[in-house]
Amino acid sequence: MSSTTNTSTHHTSTIGSIGTPSRRNTELALLLFAVAIPVFAYANVGLAINDQVPPGLLGYGVGLGLLAGVGHLVVRKFAPYADPLMLPLATLLNGLGLVVIWRLDQSKRLQALPTFVSAAPRQLLYTALGIALFVAVLIFLKDHRVLQRYTYISMMGALVLLVLPLVPGLGANVYGAKIWISIPGLGTLQPGEFAKIVLAVFFAGYLMVKRDALALASRRFMGLYLPRGRDLGPIVVVWIISILVLVFETDLGTSLLFFGMFVVMLYVATERTSWIVFGLLMSAVGAVGVASFEPHVQQRVQAWLNPLREYKLSQQGVFGHSEQSMEALWAFGSGGTMGTGLGQGNSDLIKFAANSDFILATFGEELGLAGLMAILLLYGLIVERGVRTALAARDPFGKLLAVGLSGAFALQVFVVAGGVMGLIPLTGMTMPFLAYGGSSVIANWALIGILLRISDTARRPAPAPAPNPDAEMTQVVRP
Amino acid sequence: MSELTLTVMRLGFLAVLWLFVIVAVQVIRSDLFGTRVTQRGSRREAGRQPQQAQRQAAAPPPQRQQPSGGGRQRRGAPTKLVVSEGTLTGTTVALQGQTITLGRAHDSTIVLDDDYASSRHARIYPDRDGQWIVEDLGSTNGTYLDRTRLTTPTPIPLGAPIRIGKTVIELRK
Repeated sequence: MSSTTNTSTHHTSTIGSIGTPSRRNTELALLLFAVAIPVFAYANVGLAINDQVPPGLLGYGVGLGLLAGVGHLVVRKFAPYADPLMLPLATLLNGLGLVVIWRLDQSKRLQALPTFVSAAPRQLLYTALGIALFVAVLIFLKDHRVLQRYTYISMMGALVLLVLPLVPGLGANVYGAKIWISIPGLGTLQPGEFAKIVLAVFFAGYLMVKRDALALASRRFMGLYLPRGRDLGPIVVVWIISILVLVFETDLGTSLLFFGMFVVMLYVATERTSWIVFGLLMSAVGAVGVASFEPHVQQRVQAWLNPLREYKLSQQGVFGHSEQSMEALWAFGSGGTMGTGLGQGNSDLIKFAANSDFILATFGEELGLAGLMAILLLYGLIVERGVRTALAARDPFGKLLAVGLSGAFALQVFVVAGGVMGLIPLTGMTMPFLAYGGSSVIANWALIGILLRISDTARRPAPAPAPNPDAEMTQVVRP
Repeated sequence: MSELTLTVMRLGFLAVLWLFVIVAVQVIRSDLFGTRVTQRGSRREAGRQPQQAQRQAAAPPPQRQQPSGGGRQRRGAPTKLVVSEGTLTGTTVALQGQTITLGRAHDSTIVLDDDYASSRHARIYPDRDGQWIVEDLGSTNGTYLDRTRLTTPTPIPLGAPIRIGKTVIELRK
């Protein structure tokens, strides 16, 4: 940014490096927009349900605005060159999630449930915690390369986080999937959400060191590069771990997320298509194999293949069948192209988990295909910015970490949206930022924080090269 | 609440949501095409110093030699500097009243990839009347205007070749 002046007697003007603009003002403008949209939605829901502008509108708007403002100021101070889009996108998704959770809180049908708790104030609290963690990441993580030192500690940490739900007395079996732990007095926590980030750190550190061996030492066979047996070690280990997760925690989503993230990062690190082929084969084999004997997984697959039959069985009171998949599909259907309007749908008929796992069904019904596509595009834009950050990053560790984090984010969106829409069997994961759930919101804000840190480093203008113009002597012309 | 109001709000909300998406995409677009890269003559040079080129393109005209009140552009004054020989052949630099430095030093306006050029070889600047002057900066091999080696700052006639090492530049309208 500096324009140096020449100290010699000449009036030579020297051009200093002009930095890329930091674009913080763009971020601020987008952020205001991103806060205004949920406030609009909030007023809309209030008008539709109670015929009046909700009394909490100002408090809600100011609350969300304050949180976003704090995030923005911290970015301005500690990561001035970071990507201008990620914070507004995450804020918008989080705000929309809050509105729809509040809208479901207003539902008479859900209020009649014995398990009903008003979820929106809690979600606002989780959002505040999430932003606090986001701020902490930006303040204390001065350079993402520090994480590289903790490659193997991260591996241990991720394993512990993954195993925690299985520890007797700590793990909580919530409707078949054992991916929660319950901390007395604090509620439940989904360690898998945090494991996602820690595992990305481990994979990035590991692959950065090993990628040459994985990429180059291979034989070519039928157009595919076959890796050596001993190089297959890590992928086999990760595969076994994700299969174990599937078997013991009976959650397809978590398993798919971890394995998928590893394959994505492996592909990016080595540029070998064969890894993707192997990964797809192995995950297919693993999923089919486990589904052949694990009843919970079988049940989910059944609900996916025949949602209507499941619905009927559930209506007849047969235990162990869920009507939700079918109800979600009906919700999408009744939404149509333009939706029923916020607060005017009947997606609260999906009683249990309507505001967490199935929140997308509410969006689908009340905003219609048009709104749902916009939501998915918002997710897509976050992922795009993540990958763009990876492309711009100058260090291989940062590249891999950014790809891993945004890949995991994308996979999570795919797994949840695909599950709710009936593309793949339903899993126990939640839509990042939209769905009700503390772990998800907090972990994903931390994820955005790390991505912003990497993008700040990547977009920061490079320091001027050392003034060494006379490295080679000028040759003298000898006639 | 009337049906009409709610319908308007519903469609309005979708419109606003999409507007946000579009604005976000516009931001990405300006991010992609934000900086202008001047086409340098030789591909080798462009590959070697893309940042340099970018920086020069993004830089505002540095250090106006004369305030705009100093005299209006004369008729027939050169408007650009063209490299006609050497590795940078084809490069043009707009003349906007700024000093142009030539040399191998990385901070020169035109960075010469030429073994026979000095790091700070010569400079070209407008004098008070807007006449462009070339001055040798004590280079090893000298700066030639046509065939004569420069010893003092010399006004440049339009189209006269200035030779620096293997590079030849000239001013054009």
